[in-house]
Amino acid sequence: MAVEGVDPEVAECDVRTDEILINMGPQHPSTHGVLRVVLRTDGEVVLEATPHIGYLHRCAEKIGENVSPRQWIPYTDRMDYLAGMNMNLGWSLCVEKLLKLEVPEKARHLRVIIVELNRIASHLVAAGTYGLDLGSFTPFMYAFREREKIYDLFELVCGARLTYSYITIGGAMADFPSGWLEKCEKFLNEFEPVVDELHALLTDNTIFIRRTAGIGVLPAEVAIDYGCTGPVLRGSGVAWDLRRDGDPWYTRMYEGYEFHVIAQTNGRYPVERPGHPVPKAAVLGDCWHRYYVRMLECVESMRLIRQGMEKYSRAKGGIGEPIKLMQKLPKGEVYLETEAPKGQMGFMIVSDGAAIPWRARARSSSFCNLSVLSELCRGCLIADVPAILGSLDIVLGEIDR
Amino acid sequence: MADFLAIWLPSWLALTLAALVHVTLILTLALTAAAAFTWAERKVAGRIQDRLGPTRVGGRFGWLQAVADGLKLVSKEDIIPRNADPLLFRTAPYVSFCASFCVYLALPFANGWVAQPLDIAVFFVLAVAGLEVLGVILGGYASGSKWSLFGAMREAAQVVSYEVPLALCAVIPVMVAGTMDLVAIGNMQAGWAWNWLIFHNPFLFITFFIYFTCAVASVNRAPFDLPEAESELVAGFLTEYSGFRWSVFFMAEYASMFAVSMLAAILFLGGWNGPLPITVWLGLAPNPATGYEPHALLAYFGNFLGMVNILIKATLGVLLMMWARWTLPRLRIDQVMTMCLKYCIPLAAVMFVGTMIYLYAFPVGLIFRSGGG
Repeated sequence: MAVEGVDPEVAECDVRTDEILINMGPQHPSTHGVLRVVLRTDGEVVLEATPHIGYLHRCAEKIGENVSPRQWIPYTDRMDYLAGMNMNLGWSLCVEKLLKLEVPEKARHLRVIIVELNRIASHLVAAGTYGLDLGSFTPFMYAFREREKIYDLFELVCGARLTYSYITIGGAMADFPSGWLEKCEKFLNEFEPVVDELHALLTDNTIFIRRTAGIGVLPAEVAIDYGCTGPVLRGSGVAWDLRRDGDPWYTRMYEGYEFHVIAQTNGRYPVERPGHPVPKAAVLGDCWHRYYVRMLECVESMRLIRQGMEKYSRAKGGIGEPIKLMQKLPKGEVYLETEAPKGQMGFMIVSDGAAIPWRARARSSSFCNLSVLSELCRGCLIADVPAILGSLDIVLGEIDR
Repeated sequence: MADFLAIWLPSWLALTLAALVHVTLILTLALTAAAAFTWAERKVAGRIQDRLGPTRVGGRFGWLQAVADGLKLVSKEDIIPRNADPLLFRTAPYVSFCASFCVYLALPFANGWVAQPLDIAVFFVLAVAGLEVLGVILGGYASGSKWSLFGAMREAAQVVSYEVPLALCAVIPVMVAGTMDLVAIGNMQAGWAWNWLIFHNPFLFITFFIYFTCAVASVNRAPFDLPEAESELVAGFLTEYSGFRWSVFFMAEYASMFAVSMLAAILFLGGWNGPLPITVWLGLAPNPATGYEPHALLAYFGNFLGMVNILIKATLGVLLMMWARWTLPRLRIDQVMTMCLKYCIPLAAVMFVGTMIYLYAFPVGLIFRSGGG
């Protein structure tokens, strides 16, 4: 029925269920930083979710073309600020590969211990904030309590708690202080039961399973097509971990270490928790699996740290000398990817022979992982958007660089 | 009280005075309860999360925290968004608060200690408590924000649905008691703990848990706090509210939490009667077996003990809600509706029929007591 004075098209639209265009972010509690997702919804059903990025762009790559590689290390910290050590390592290894510079045995094990600790810290933030995204506050506090202990350990080795610049080209800035290994061992012993606590509060919680199992299913092919890496890819059942399958320059670091690549292949995980099977509702590639992979990786990282501490205390010699601040670089280009907690973090350096690289480039894993968001969110409910976003575990500092 | 005053005063003045006194008493109680629960919530949350909670304001336990919070909220800038409907936006919190406060008018705190004795108290409580949703929808709609609108729509869907099983569960004890008068329901549970209606029959026992689940859902507490789901809807219907108006909503939430817990205590957990008939032993309450009637002063003291009793029970209910809030993740809106429509309503209906059959089959009760009124 036409109403007088009203545009017939508008009147017709009124009869239909209206689609709402709504901004989720950049100031929203669960977009993990300054991400803005534009949602087109029909009631509670999301028809389209478009992520908009760039709110944290700091021209990191351009800065990399104006400072020497060692001077750029503090900038890598600020990319994935939840895993600064892993960022330091990625860039250091990349430049070392260009320089053909090998670090001493002791530095190698030191690096394994440090980056695996940071991997645990990063996964703890992922799991804790994931609980927060689903409305459960307490696991977040438990996770951050443990992360705090890791940061205390980092503070002991380098004085910083978030942006370390500790691992550097040619080794590390300083050796562990005396008594540090015992403190680390103490932390690992304390952390082990907390993992079970988190499993009880989240992993095996019925509501948690209902909120995550079967939500945001990412098939392995799609994950590969979008370039997803890290726990997101492994959560889809692809056993691909650069620590095992990566560039030899990187995998050499893990030589002699024993660890599993956490991914469900042939219907089972390499590590299983007795008495706690994968819930029936969980589909390979859903939010629950992505979260679960991270939890299991924490345990694997603990194994690696224990091995590393043993190897470190047996290794002779120093931890290497950092290169000169303005050391001339050989001509050439190198691209190296490492397995950061969020996925494959690639660094590229192109040198024309000067001390300052001609081009420095960072390939962000979070960027690719985020790109599947619109694919996963089609037809889900509004409440599922934080659930899916949280399971991708992005960090905006790395996406925008 | 009105009758008492009417001895000396004209009846209209007596009624007005009595009403004023009752309202003041209840308002004080509701506000004190809200303040105490704010503090308790923060303390409980702190302890559950392995931290201390408030420790600074008011000594070691931070018990003045609620006052400090209140002062902060009152002194905040009063913001009304440009897109908001100013009148409705201003009205909404008071609609909510009035609704949850009016519930206390019919809730007895002890034998005869009720602001307005009503023959249909249960009905009144449920009806008025259901009005709270109006304020929330009004606030969400008037805010002129999409997130608020989502919150209001969720509230409308959720709370209105949960009213049905909630009412069904409340009707079952009413059926056993044979009256809707809460004072009468409370009095018939006097004596030992097995006189409590929750132990009347197995169906009522299950009904209590359904009631409590629905009550949590209808006062929007976690895991059913969808209207203000902070990780999804920013703050839901509260998004645009700040300062004093926000605190009014907040107090309404705590007041209704306490109200549904008190209703649970009266309908299922013996009301103001303790697990042991201590007041009868001490001669503070009438003893039907000997026909003993206590002196008015003794009865007053007995009633005071009864009030402490019911407040403890209701507080335990609220603490249970807090425990759940700080432990469980939030459900999704479709899961909340599924739970209501597919599980709570059919279960409550089965319990209803079950109790009916039980009352018919064992009119004098099976185990402990004579059945019903």
